Amino acid sequence: MWEMFSYPFIIRALVVGILVSLCSALLGVNLVLKRYSMIGDGLSHVAFSAMAVATVMNWAPLWVAIPVVIAASILLLRLSANSRIKGDSAIALVSTGALAVGVFIISMKSGINTDINNYMFGSVLAISKSDVALSVGLSLAVLALYVVFYNKIFAVTFDEPFARATGIRAGFYNMLIAVLTAVTIVLGMRMIGALLISSLIIFPAMSSMRVFKSFRNVIICSAVISVVCFFTGLMVSYQYSAPTGASVVIINLVVFAVFCAVDWVRANVKHN
Amino acid sequence: MTQKEKKLLSCSHLNIGYENQTVLEDVSFDLTRGDYLCVVGENGAGKSTLIKCLAGLMKPMSGSIALAKGLSRRDVGYLPQQTAIQRDFPASVREVVLSGCLNNSRLLPFYTKEDKARAAKFMAELGIDDISERSYRELSGGQQQRVLLARALCASRKLLILDEPVTGLDPIVTAEIYEIIKEINRRHHTTIIMVSHDVKTAVKSANRILHVKNTVQFCGKTEDYVKSAVGRAFIGG
Repeated sequence: MWEMFSYPFIIRALVVGILVSLCSALLGVNLVLKRYSMIGDGLSHVAFSAMAVATVMNWAPLWVAIPVVIAASILLLRLSANSRIKGDSAIALVSTGALAVGVFIISMKSGINTDINNYMFGSVLAISKSDVALSVGLSLAVLALYVVFYNKIFAVTFDEPFARATGIRAGFYNMLIAVLTAVTIVLGMRMIGALLISSLIIFPAMSSMRVFKSFRNVIICSAVISVVCFFTGLMVSYQYSAPTGASVVIINLVVFAVFCAVDWVRANVKHN
Repeated sequence: MTQKEKKLLSCSHLNIGYENQTVLEDVSFDLTRGDYLCVVGENGAGKSTLIKCLAGLMKPMSGSIALAKGLSRRDVGYLPQQTAIQRDFPASVREVVLSGCLNNSRLLPFYTKEDKARAAKFMAELGIDDISERSYRELSGGQQQRVLLARALCASRKLLILDEPVTGLDPIVTAEIYEIIKEINRRHHTTIIMVSHDVKTAVKSANRILHVKNTVQFCGKTEDYVKSAVGRAFIGG
C-alpha cells in the first residue's frame, strides 16, 4: 500500500491535510471550550455556498470562499456576543441558509453534480497544484499566529471578563480566532467535506480533554491525535477506495472511544 | 502626600444600566490608596452592574470613572464571578495564575522569567504552590477562588475588584477567603473594591461601605454605616 505515496495528488493531499489537521486541532480546543463546536459546520456551509457561486461564475473557489467565510465567522461570533439570537440558533440559521443558497445556485447550472458531491463529502483530488501553495502558506500562517498569541488566546478563552478588565484586547483576539477558524474550515472542507469538517474541530479536542488536565497538554495531544488520525484515515481511504473525509472521521471516532475508555478505567482504578 | 495624590479612583454622577433601563442612579465616590470598599445591597440592587462598570466591562450611561494619574486598566486586578465554561476547562493552576501576568508582557508572546517568579510568589502567598500542577476544574471551590485571587494579584497589586468572591463557599472557607483579602489589603496597601451580600462580614473587614438600592443609600466610613439607620436595618435583617 506504500505505493500510494508515489502519486503526486496523494502527496499534495497529505501535506495540506496534515497542516489543516494541525490548525483545526489547535483552534478546536478553543472553540469547543467556548461552546462554539458547531461553528465549523455553519462556516463550511457558507464556504459551500461561496464555492458554488465561484463554480458557476468560473472564479477561483478559494479566493471567493476565504473572504466570504471570514466575514461570516466574524458575524457569527459578533451575533452571539450581543444580540437576541443565541449562539446555537445563529449558527443553525447561517448554516442552513447558506446551504440552501448554495444548492439553489448550483442547480441553475446543470452537469455539476460531481462538484456538489465533492464539496459535501470531500475528495483528495480537490487539491490542485495551484491550490497547494496557497493552502500551505495560509495554514502555516494560522499555525504561526496561534503560537504567537497562544497565551492571550488561552486567557480570552478561559475568562474573557478578566482578560478585558485587565487590559487585554479580548475583541481583537476573538476576531483572530474567528478569522483563523474561517481559513482553516475553507482549506479543510474540500478534502474532508462540508458535512464532516466540523468533526476535525471537535474530535481531537474532545478526545484529549478526556485524558489531559492542563491546557498545554490538551493542545499538544489534540495536535498529535489530529495528525495521526488524518494520516491513518488517508491510508485507509486509499486501501478501501473510501472517501477521505469519512475515513478520517471514523478513525477520529475510534480514538475518541479509546480515550473515553482510558478515562473510564483511570477513574475506576482510582476508586478501588 | 496630599489628599489629591493619594486619590486612586473617583466616580462622579454615574448612571448605570442596560439599554434604556437605568439600574443604578447618581453614584459618586472617591477611593484613596489602601481603602477597602465593600459594595452591599439586596439582590438586583445593581451591585454587580456597578462592578462591571468599574472593571471597564461596560460603559456607564453617563457620569465618569477617573483613575488616578499614572494608573491604567493594566493596573487593575479583577476577580469575576465564575463562568460555566471554567467548570470543565482543562487548565493547570499554574497556567491560570500565569495568565494574570499577560497585561505586563506587552507584545511578548511568551511569559518572561519575571512573570514566572511573580506567579510563583503569589501562589506561595496564597498557599496554592503545592497544587500548581493540578487541574483547576478538579479543585474545591475555596481552592479555585485562591487561584483566581493569585491571578488577580499577578495582574495588579494596586487595585483589586472582587465580584462576590465567596459565592457558594462553606462558612469556614468563606472566612478564610475574607481573611486572605484582608491580609492583602493590610500588607500591600492594595485598594480593594468588593461586592458582597454578606453584610455582616463586610462591616468587619472593610473600612468603607457603599450601600446601593437603585440609588446610593449610604456611602462612607464603616463605623458611620453601622450607626446609620440604613445600616442598622440591613445588618439587623
